Amino acid sequence: MPAFTPPPLPSDDKRWKIVNGTMRKNGFARHALIETLHTVQSSFGYLDDDAIRFVARSLRVPLSQAYGVVTFYHYFSLKPPGKHTVTVCAGTACYIKGADNLIAAAEKHLGIKQGQTTKDGNISLMTARCVGACSRAPVVLSDGAVSGEVTSEQMLAQLERWAVE
Amino acid sequence: MTIEELEQIAKSVALENAKYDYEVNVCLDLACASQGADKLREALVAAADASGKKVLVRRTGCMGPCSSGPLVRVDPDETLYRHVSNTNADAIVASLGGAPVAELQCDLNEHFDLQTRVVLENAGHIDPEKIDDYISRDGYKALLTALAEMTPNGVVHRITESGLRGRGGGGYPTGLKWGTVAKAGGDLKYVVCNGDEGDPGAFMDRSVMEGDPHRVIEGMAIAAYAVGASKGFIYVRAEYPVAVARLTSALRDARRPGLLGSNISGTTFNFDIEIRLGAGAFVCGEETALIASIEGRRGTPKPRPPYPAVSGLWGKPTLINNVETYANIAPIVRNGGKWFAGMGSERSKGTKVFALTGKITNTGLVEVPMGIKLREIIEVIGGGVPGGHTFKAVQTGGPSGGCIPAELLDLGVSYDALLAAGSIMGSGGMIVMDDTSCMVNVAKFFIEFCMTESCGKCIPCRAGTAQMHTLLTRICEGSATMDDLELLEELCSTVKEASLCGLGQTAPNPVLSTLKYFRNEYIEHILHQRCPAGVCKIETPVADQPAVEVLA
Repeated sequence: MPAFTPPPLPSDDKRWKIVNGTMRKNGFARHALIETLHTVQSSFGYLDDDAIRFVARSLRVPLSQAYGVVTFYHYFSLKPPGKHTVTVCAGTACYIKGADNLIAAAEKHLGIKQGQTTKDGNISLMTARCVGACSRAPVVLSDGAVSGEVTSEQMLAQLERWAVE
Repeated sequence: MTIEELEQIAKSVALENAKYDYEVNVCLDLACASQGADKLREALVAAADASGKKVLVRRTGCMGPCSSGPLVRVDPDETLYRHVSNTNADAIVASLGGAPVAELQCDLNEHFDLQTRVVLENAGHIDPEKIDDYISRDGYKALLTALAEMTPNGVVHRITESGLRGRGGGGYPTGLKWGTVAKAGGDLKYVVCNGDEGDPGAFMDRSVMEGDPHRVIEGMAIAAYAVGASKGFIYVRAEYPVAVARLTSALRDARRPGLLGSNISGTTFNFDIEIRLGAGAFVCGEETALIASIEGRRGTPKPRPPYPAVSGLWGKPTLINNVETYANIAPIVRNGGKWFAGMGSERSKGTKVFALTGKITNTGLVEVPMGIKLREIIEVIGGGVPGGHTFKAVQTGGPSGGCIPAELLDLGVSYDALLAAGSIMGSGGMIVMDDTSCMVNVAKFFIEFCMTESCGKCIPCRAGTAQMHTLLTRICEGSATMDDLELLEELCSTVKEASLCGLGQTAPNPVLSTLKYFRNEYIEHILHQRCPAGVCKIETPVADQPAVEVLA
């Protein structure tokens, strides 16, 4: 059997080298699929068709299987995120402390549903299963920075700041 | 690395620390960090430098009472300060050698007195990124002692003797599991640490991985020696980036002096660990699904047997334990199985870490001996329900657990007692609810979670949870009939009996336990279109509408 040659990088974008690095570190083993998809998402912000195709081909995993993995896990996103992301934790402790009111307030303010991005591509509204800061519930992440005991006013003020940037 | 070398390191850390008159420990765990503990630490370092006093400012893992954060503890006096901001740094440093800063001091004696710290013994005392700090508190001593003085069988025996049961939720005897993997044939075996803390409301595993990462690594290495494994994986949620970073650097620091790698401590024992990231799927906490995920596939569970202990990762015998279970190993090896078995209750030995959250005064992490009454945890350690509200229920075990009502608060916490009460120990989330929580809505919340997280492989779980959600939504909206309630109960037993894995088998627990203890709330919703807690928004009575047939 001829030695396997991985496919060429999709473009000159340097980020593909980082993705390729993850696969090389794992010897292009099939079990590195999830690790590699994590690298794609952290480098590009989301997973598009080209990326999934490239990773599947490089790791010799059927495209259907790669797509199956991407859609199975909540962490992977097929859509590009907005410039800013507000994530409301929807874990149990946050729910008990009124996280659903925060989500409703953000949805109303932004005019989008959770999981969507505003039309201008500025703000994405996400929910998290639990970020493990339950003792300070309800928790909101503004571009990844964790704030605890957040009120609707505080969260909306942050959204306002992002809107006028 | 030998035990003598470990002692040498411990000695040099002690000598280094002796150069300082005071140690100012700053909690930098997520809860405190989210309130500016980083800036506080910088301010304390600056203040200490300016004062000319000999002060060591140390960042530590979670100290426990998160609701009082940011927390600072000054040693040797063990003065605990709460709600400290960077503007208080000068006052704290100025007080060293004199009277403590009274207005910041916190009196949590009652909170701490009932606790026993085994898993969290280092939390708040060491810098998680310094392996020497861990070594100075007997770190890696258990591993090297086991390698030098004990046979693998001897280690398994000691764990069996301790009576330790799996801390991930199921409570399977750890010694028995280790023994099975040890007896399984084959040259290649794996040790896996389940750090996919998926239960919303539980964060003790995060805290252990972030605050004391070497403890997990040492526990895994001892396990690998006991069962004859050479390769380990830590499966961590991607939602815990700090834990991933801490573990990564801890692994590097453990490899450098040869505490991981080939021929550890001059023996023939080889062991190394890789980190695998989860990607947000609750079902991956189930061991066969976790294995599928490490193998790079969708996390769908498989029927057992064969158990992973016989055929796990890539078909090889695999030992899977939870973070907290591994965190208990080093102290047990160090102090003996009898020491551990001396704590706790008849069939649940040792201590358990709980994440106390919800409507309670002192939220945070607590570690208590098994057998302690729920009332003591909630009223004394937790400080009771704030704001003049009354306690309604405590939810344990996350989406697989149940709600325990006020009348059962004198229950002693153990695997069996919680199970008998219709809940489970679970990984240790304890969410307190007061009179403003609607128990039907809580049940709906959990079923919605299970419905979303069901992997879809087996029908009882995939379709059952969806139908249960429809029925619960109808009850919450005030449009359900008593027939719906009957159907809901029937579905509960079907999903429980017929699901493939733990997720489906336990998904009905929140519904069953609330039906058992708070049935009147369901009936209020159905017969009177009223939500007693005022949570569910029931707009107009629709009782005269015909009931809608539910598609099974």
